[in-house]
Amino acid sequence: MTLLDRTPATADGRPPRTPLLRIEGVKKHFPITRGVIFQKKIGQVHAVDGIDLDVYPGETLGLVGETGCGKSTLARLILKVYDVTEGRLFFDGDDYTNFSRRKMRPLRRQIQMVFQDPYASLNPRKTVGSIIADPFRIHGSVPKGKIKANVQELMELVGLNPEHYNRYPHEFSGGQRQRIGVARALALRPRLIVCDEPVSALDVSIQAQIINLLERLQSDFGLTYIFIAHDLSVVKHVSDRVAVMYLGKVVEIAGGSTLYRDPKHPYTGALLSAVPIPDPDLSAHKKRIVLEGDVPSPIDPPSGCRFHPRCPRSREVAAEAGYSDQPHPQCREEEPALAPHHPGQVAACHFPLADRAVIEAS
Amino acid sequence: MTDGGPRPSSVERLLEVRNLKVHFPTPDGVVKAVNDVSFVIDAGETLGVVGESGSGKSVTFLTVMGLVTSKQARIEGEILFRGQDLLRLPAEELRHFRGKRMGMVFQDAMTSLHPFYTVGEQIVEAIRAHERAGKKEAWDRAVDMLDLVGIPRPAERARQYPHEYSGGMRQRVMIAMALALNPDLLIADEPTTALDVTVQAQILELIDRLKQEFRMAVVLITHDLGVVAEHCDHIQVMYAGTIVESGRTRDIYYDAHHPYTWGLLQSIPRLDSDEDEPLQPIKGLPPSLIFVPSGCPFHPRCPHVMDVCREVVPPLLPSDGHHSSACHLSLAEKERIFREQVLERA
Repeated sequence: MTLLDRTPATADGRPPRTPLLRIEGVKKHFPITRGVIFQKKIGQVHAVDGIDLDVYPGETLGLVGETGCGKSTLARLILKVYDVTEGRLFFDGDDYTNFSRRKMRPLRRQIQMVFQDPYASLNPRKTVGSIIADPFRIHGSVPKGKIKANVQELMELVGLNPEHYNRYPHEFSGGQRQRIGVARALALRPRLIVCDEPVSALDVSIQAQIINLLERLQSDFGLTYIFIAHDLSVVKHVSDRVAVMYLGKVVEIAGGSTLYRDPKHPYTGALLSAVPIPDPDLSAHKKRIVLEGDVPSPIDPPSGCRFHPRCPRSREVAAEAGYSDQPHPQCREEEPALAPHHPGQVAACHFPLADRAVIEAS
Repeated sequence: MTDGGPRPSSVERLLEVRNLKVHFPTPDGVVKAVNDVSFVIDAGETLGVVGESGSGKSVTFLTVMGLVTSKQARIEGEILFRGQDLLRLPAEELRHFRGKRMGMVFQDAMTSLHPFYTVGEQIVEAIRAHERAGKKEAWDRAVDMLDLVGIPRPAERARQYPHEYSGGMRQRVMIAMALALNPDLLIADEPTTALDVTVQAQILELIDRLKQEFRMAVVLITHDLGVVAEHCDHIQVMYAGTIVESGRTRDIYYDAHHPYTWGLLQSIPRLDSDEDEPLQPIKGLPPSLIFVPSGCPFHPRCPHVMDVCREVVPPLLPSDGHHSSACHLSLAEKERIFREQVLERA
């Protein structure tokens, strides 16, 4: 089964089903203040700056982008750890953007999170049994007498020894701790799990164990994942569709294989070409697009297309049109909207890349 | 295990490590971080050192740099730099090698730089610690180095503090500092692990370019099999404080001989594969370095384990001039398994 078969969008680009999660024009701006008593707002960080995204039941949506692109902020917005500045969030058709803490409670059973750092996200003074039992206690979904049996069942499910119920987090390795985090997220039988860099802190051989665990749980329980990571190989492996973010915006969405074979946004192309490939012959044939400079500040994002100051494609097009060594004026002035390309693929670029893979098929 | 495998004698041998052991005494027991490691680095080559956390890859090279000393650990063996044994040099003479002849770049550039001094001052300090150079002269050289590593407006940037630099730029500063004294060997310990892929590509490209310009040898320590595939001539794979396989880059990817190397190759997701088959993780966990398994340290996790593996430590034996592995399987078996099980998937 290839990735494209599982892509939920139909040929005309319209979804066949109602999305489990709908993100509509969501923005999150963090104020920058000066002064201690009389605080004055002197600017704002545009962490997430207008994102529309649908997540369908049973799929894995990958979210990639560099540090500071807003992917973790978006995850926290979905869980309402932060409140959105603008835009709306729907879960299963219901608008929960302005839900109070009280009204959020039942919804929190349905949306759970797995964190990056298995060392920092588990309370070192609690036993593993009580960490995993917390969701049961908080939501009262399981009678007290049955909590232990339920926890041990969960531990078994994620590949932990149920006899280790009374151990503390420091007695476990990184990979095992991540299993504890997964068990905790799974406790309330959620429908959506947001995984924020769940394998980044783990060694390669352990990383594969956790990825396989997440995939198995997904097919056993029909889970929907939002999978955030900076490692494109991992994201492509686990995801049905991948959304690429740059400076608070989604610049491209496509099925994993489509994205890899035929990226449309120059940023996606650059990102893919930067991923080292564990195959010396193949990597020798790779087209390298080395981006100049760093990601600009989200306090004052560039005008027009946010990628234009670093975009090699924009300069290329501009040179053909007779502007010397500068980005194309259209890219500087006009913000591109997400436009459809291949089925299920959208990209926000005035001059999308022509059909080409980052590596020619060998 | 006496040699990392014979090499043609025409190339100049820069560094030779012989039977290195580094054991740390701790209240819980002796941590056997490096166990009988031998290898050779020729002038101008790039050696990739691959392994997971606790494989001994960093400790090996911290010891080479003289940053792990006999005060902290029991060190045995020889570290020959152009024939001179660094482990037997007095501290004063070792200073001449560390920093001047060998430079090192660490993973976390923020904690490697002093937050109270400007970037320029820190490079000047490195230069003046090793050479008789005037302040002005050293400053000019620092600015030149920043320019060389691709920092825009170097004269201005030299007066800034580390917090004013981005992660990638800080790593460039570290490289500038390591290269300011024109060393023969640059040791880069996970230089790009904390960086984004696009910045990682910039830094690795920079190291490649400077390697040519300075005609130096580079050791690239990493857990990323992709990074070493693109940038290294030779690769050695480490596990539980020993080298389990070493060879030319192509040997490791297209003709690997050790089950641990196979495990690594099969457990990483590939960007270039169309089929998304389940990954094949290595079962179990890396061993404790206090209680290293008997025999082959990989045997508790090895799918091809035999009785002999539990008792006898396999020596690192060459199968040809460049390629050696430490495994009890016969060469024919290794080639068959690699062909049938590992290459199939990749």
